[in-house]
Amino acid sequence: MTVKELIERTGFSPICEGDLTREIQSVYCCDMLSIAMGRAPADSAWVTVMGNVNSVAVGALADVSCILYAEGVQPDAECKTRAAQQGITLLGADLPVFDAALKIHQHLLAREDEAL
Amino acid sequence: MTPGNIAGMAALKELDVIALTDHNSSKNCGALMKAATPYPLIVLPGMELCTSEEIHVVCLFDTLEKAMAFDAYVAAHSPDVKNRPDIFGEQRILDENDEIVGAVDQLLINASLISVMEVGPLVESFGGVAYPAHIDKSAYSLLSNLGFIPPEWRFPLFEVKDKGKLPKLREEHDYLGTINSVTSSDAHYLQDISERENSVELGNLTTQEFFTALKNGFQL
Repeated sequence: MTVKELIERTGFSPICEGDLTREIQSVYCCDMLSIAMGRAPADSAWVTVMGNVNSVAVGALADVSCILYAEGVQPDAECKTRAAQQGITLLGADLPVFDAALKIHQHLLAREDEAL
Repeated sequence: MTPGNIAGMAALKELDVIALTDHNSSKNCGALMKAATPYPLIVLPGMELCTSEEIHVVCLFDTLEKAMAFDAYVAAHSPDVKNRPDIFGEQRILDENDEIVGAVDQLLINASLISVMEVGPLVESFGGVAYPAHIDKSAYSLLSNLGFIPPEWRFPLFEVKDKGKLPKLREEHDYLGTINSVTSSDAHYLQDISERENSVELGNLTTQEFFTALKNGFQL
């Protein structure tokens, strides 16, 4: 499933649009940047509530497909500027972290089924 | 920002006391202290420590030796993750002439392995003073990340970015009503260095008196 498809299927709000053709392979949740930077899988959709500029740096380092800010968190202006520079897609959702991640997971599974 | 232009700007603004608190590093403090010697300026060496909970804590010292001993401790108690300058920027070490003399390989934006529960006594054991940074900010602050003031850490003062939030903070957290607050520029760029607008009453303007006032409290 691409980032573009994720947006279409979930209705998550695009905050900053990077490479929408990137494939999402998995979903990852963590708010501690020091943990996420080492453990977020590449090509994952990372769900967090850490809306500061360092989340974008960590997302770039981990090479995630997109960052989803849950709980209605709005990333700050610096964050958006950096995301545009790094070409990372930022999305927003009012859902709690688990529900948002579950929704992505369910769409990933559904997309796999469709492909069979 | 360089040691030379920080010292020059602080002098231009007629500041009396400044502190250098890079993220998880004191390695530029010596250069700034030397660069400030032509000016009537007190420079406290320090660090903005990122605890394991990703809470920023200001750590200040009265001598460079103490700061550097703590710097070595923090480096040894931080994850062995290397900086990626293309993503996080360069982590340069400069000398007093603003010449680049080295770089820190270890990623300094990272959280250390030091908990906020232990940071107070730890910094004290190195002869310094530690207090929570920008307690009113939504990122990397004691209240944003922990949500409450841990009873285990009775810090002697706290930093607030927006002084207008003080009454509400002190209403919500009794402990904050019993200690001093300080407001610093938290300048990440030269133009953000504060004007001469925050003060502490001292008998004599010396490093020792200022440092003691931070540790033991001061009259506003």
